[in-house]
Amino acid sequence: MKRRVVLVSMLLVLALSLGASAQGVVTMMGVWGGQELEAFEEVMAAFTAKTGITVQFEGTRDLPTLLQTRIAAGNPPDVAALPGPGAMKEYVEQGALIDLNNVLDGKTLTEDINDAWIELGTYKDGLYALTFAADIKSLVWYRPDVFAEKGYEVPTTWDEMEALMDQMAANGDTPWAIGLESGAASGWPATDWIEDIMLRTAGPEVYDQWVNHEIPWTDERVKEAFEIFGKIARNSDYVYGGPVTVLSTNFGDSVAELFTDPPRAMMHRQASFVTSFIQDAKPDVVIGEDVAFFGFPMIKPEHGNPMLGAGDMIGQFNDTPEAAEFMNFLASAEAQEIWANRLGKLGTNNKIDPAAYPDDLTRDMARLLNEADVFRFDGSDSMAAAVGSGAFWEGVLMYVGGDYLDDVLEFIESVAVDSY
Amino acid sequence: MARPNLGRAFFRERGMVMRRKTGGLTPLLYVGPAVFFLTIFQVYPALQTIYLSFLDRRSEAFVGLANYKFVFTSAPMLTAFKNNLIWLIFFTAGTVGLGLLFAILVDKVRYESFAKSIIFMPMAISFVGAGVVWKFMYTYKPPGSEQIGLLNQILVIFGFEPKGWLLESPLNNFALIVVGLWIWTGYCMVILSAAYKGIPKELTEAAQVDGANSLQVFRHITIPELKPALTMVITTMLVNVLKIFDIIYVMTNGNYGTEVIANRMFKEMFQFSNTGRASAIAVILFLMIVPIMYANIRQKLREG
Amino acid sequence: MNWQKLKRRLPRLAVNIVVIAAILIWFVPTLGLLVTSFRPASDVAYSGWWTSLSSPLKFTQYTVENYKNVLSSGGMLIAFRNSFIVSIGGTVIPVFLAALAAFGLSKLNFKGRGFFYALIVMMLVVPTQMTFVPVLRLYNKLSLSGTFGGLWLVHTGYGLPFSIFMLHTFFQSLPEELFEAAHIDGASIWTTFIRLAIPLSVPALASLVIFQFLAVWNDLLVALIYLGGHQSVAPLTMRLSSLVGSHGQDWHLLTAAAFISMIVPLIVFLSLQKYFVRGLMGGAVKG
Repeated sequence: MKRRVVLVSMLLVLALSLGASAQGVVTMMGVWGGQELEAFEEVMAAFTAKTGITVQFEGTRDLPTLLQTRIAAGNPPDVAALPGPGAMKEYVEQGALIDLNNVLDGKTLTEDINDAWIELGTYKDGLYALTFAADIKSLVWYRPDVFAEKGYEVPTTWDEMEALMDQMAANGDTPWAIGLESGAASGWPATDWIEDIMLRTAGPEVYDQWVNHEIPWTDERVKEAFEIFGKIARNSDYVYGGPVTVLSTNFGDSVAELFTDPPRAMMHRQASFVTSFIQDAKPDVVIGEDVAFFGFPMIKPEHGNPMLGAGDMIGQFNDTPEAAEFMNFLASAEAQEIWANRLGKLGTNNKIDPAAYPDDLTRDMARLLNEADVFRFDGSDSMAAAVGSGAFWEGVLMYVGGDYLDDVLEFIESVAVDSY
Repeated sequence: MARPNLGRAFFRERGMVMRRKTGGLTPLLYVGPAVFFLTIFQVYPALQTIYLSFLDRRSEAFVGLANYKFVFTSAPMLTAFKNNLIWLIFFTAGTVGLGLLFAILVDKVRYESFAKSIIFMPMAISFVGAGVVWKFMYTYKPPGSEQIGLLNQILVIFGFEPKGWLLESPLNNFALIVVGLWIWTGYCMVILSAAYKGIPKELTEAAQVDGANSLQVFRHITIPELKPALTMVITTMLVNVLKIFDIIYVMTNGNYGTEVIANRMFKEMFQFSNTGRASAIAVILFLMIVPIMYANIRQKLREG
Repeated sequence: MNWQKLKRRLPRLAVNIVVIAAILIWFVPTLGLLVTSFRPASDVAYSGWWTSLSSPLKFTQYTVENYKNVLSSGGMLIAFRNSFIVSIGGTVIPVFLAALAAFGLSKLNFKGRGFFYALIVMMLVVPTQMTFVPVLRLYNKLSLSGTFGGLWLVHTGYGLPFSIFMLHTFFQSLPEELFEAAHIDGASIWTTFIRLAIPLSVPALASLVIFQFLAVWNDLLVALIYLGGHQSVAPLTMRLSSLVGSHGQDWHLLTAAAFISMIVPLIVFLSLQKYFVRGLMGGAVKG
């Protein structure tokens, strides 16, 4: 027995000594896995080749949990992907993030990165997040061949959209495929819908007020946006399978309804990253030929056609020279070109060579992003987490499931009152 | 050779009187290391949690009982309490009942080892894996298109409409409890089976010679002999119910009226960064175990 | 005569029917997982897994691509090694310490016994998630985070309440007169523990080892918190979860991954199952 005790303690000492720290290292935490991780490994390799500094990357889908714990325990990673602007603000409040104005090269900040991204990362006079890459969300995906064959026209206004939906329904076609299931984040695709509609019915200023909870959730304009969405998602004539299917279909699977024979749905509203899901489900589909997108149509002409987007935000938690160097690298066109090329993401550095984008479709999207006169970040990500990744998600699911809109909005409002 | 029919209780009571008196530091050598670990990993965090439950979301200011008020008044928490009660009743009864049934029945078949392995297998699947497994049981596709969830396929074959198993309350709570039963019945079965095999054959044989039928043997010999193991399994399942989280987190995340206490705590802590509320929920969970613990300890003390 | 025969066989028949039904019900979901893990991604989301069973010999509908994908992604061997290191340490230490404590609490008579027992049962319900921050803070001070040893100690701390609770129940049911006899024969407490209590509780120890091993082997969150996600220390669960992108569900990969990580716990279960046999304890008690 004694021998065993000795053995165990020896192993213990051995195991304890395994955790060695190294010099010239940046630790980073992110959500990426699979292809994303492979692409980011290339970014890290380029950085190491350039500077000799190695990056230790930890990828986990439990990022919010892990990051929150590490911050609270006092050992955050040097650099980490942030779940969203809402989380960024929370970390600033906790005193965990470093002001990037003192880290990033001034010329890059003023010349290479558009104001929209600087604004997005700014809170209380400091810049706390670098948006490394972006996705645009106000896109409606469709099959040009099917549209041509059936004589459907791409709509540019909401009136045309409604006429098109009725035309499709009359033809026996289902206009939309929507899937809201997304594990613990179920409901987010619907919040994107409502945000897109809000931007177009109420305009960017009211949108901002809504996101910052300066108008209540029970406001008529919020209600209107929900109703426009509900008219589609709660109606079996307009959405494939009706509300039960909408709620139980995974967001990544629903786009595939466009590619069945005959197609079960005609249109799908989703961010630029949906192309990878199409590719997974239907490897034969040629993106840009067999499937294309048009911008989510304008609803009220005075608010034009704003662009909704999301981004991979990165913040710095530890003030080390290596981390600073890595942040500067991530802000550069060089790093972003690798990421954009591998994943079809859109860079935020305007010096990116358009040739870096993998295809014309992505180039089009990058152009749309740069030219959009009004750009807004995914509102639910900017709200207080209890609302934006809590009650808002929960509420849209309740609404699609058949609950009264007034009850739903009052529920979200009660959580919001309590969280701001 | 054979022990008297009075069974173990007889010895236990005498044992209590004769239990070895040990003084000095000896007990510390046995209990000490565990107590040391418990202090660091459980007692200290528990005390800290109690303290944090009186502070605000960032643990900066004292807020009195505000967090507790939230726990007992907010709609999601009330749903969670109700659901934990449903779980408490059906999950505990189901796992222990089925576990006991299987423990006794598999003892009587020749392929016992195989049967136990199959029923225990879900315990070996990670909870992400289990979520995927049950997705392929419950998934809904609209009528007329091909079902990929087995239960809906069965409904369709018998001419019914497919159902949104995870969407309709309270059906969805039971759908989730079934997943829980699938995972945990194997655990109950293994423990109870080990205890069942520990019942001396002579006891049951003697009773049978005396003309007792199987039901009487079950009531008067099997159950009393299994009592310590049953108490343990029931306690473990009750604790399990209070902490139940994985299944809900993976399958519905508490939507559609399936919220449970531990999932809410996880959300408040890590998604909403509200340490105060999460701590208050944890304290309530903690208090809910007290009656269970009291019953347990009282029984232990009565036994010796 | 025939009626008599039937009457005698009926209960046995009923038992077999119930057991076989249970096996089938329990196996169907696992079968779904197994079948899915061999189907191409493009089929998984569009047809039921059972459809492939209607023509099970049509091998073209199956693929080993998912397994290839999972196994060929770098670092799988290291991940297996790490999982073994973590799980063995994270099982042996708590089970041993729990056996000591449970023995002390049930067979030694000392002041505060009831209090310690109550404390341990109470700790059963401390939610693990609430311990992360205070314990991690401590770990940072002691430079224990990121080490296997640190993770062993964490799993020990988290596993002890249940382990002690379970073994205590078992030790309590061991007849006291055996220990009395050992005492009269002059055996020391340590000898009684090692030569009497431990061998008598092999079935309980075996089941405890299985549960603790399973918990540690399948754990992802605790490892993420205390070990960090870096490849050199990442156990299998972490490696497998990073195969899936941040947006994706990738069911075909998840199912293959679930089977790969299931193999080891199943082997542990099967190899320890032989300890759950009749008479192992009964015999000792009678002897």
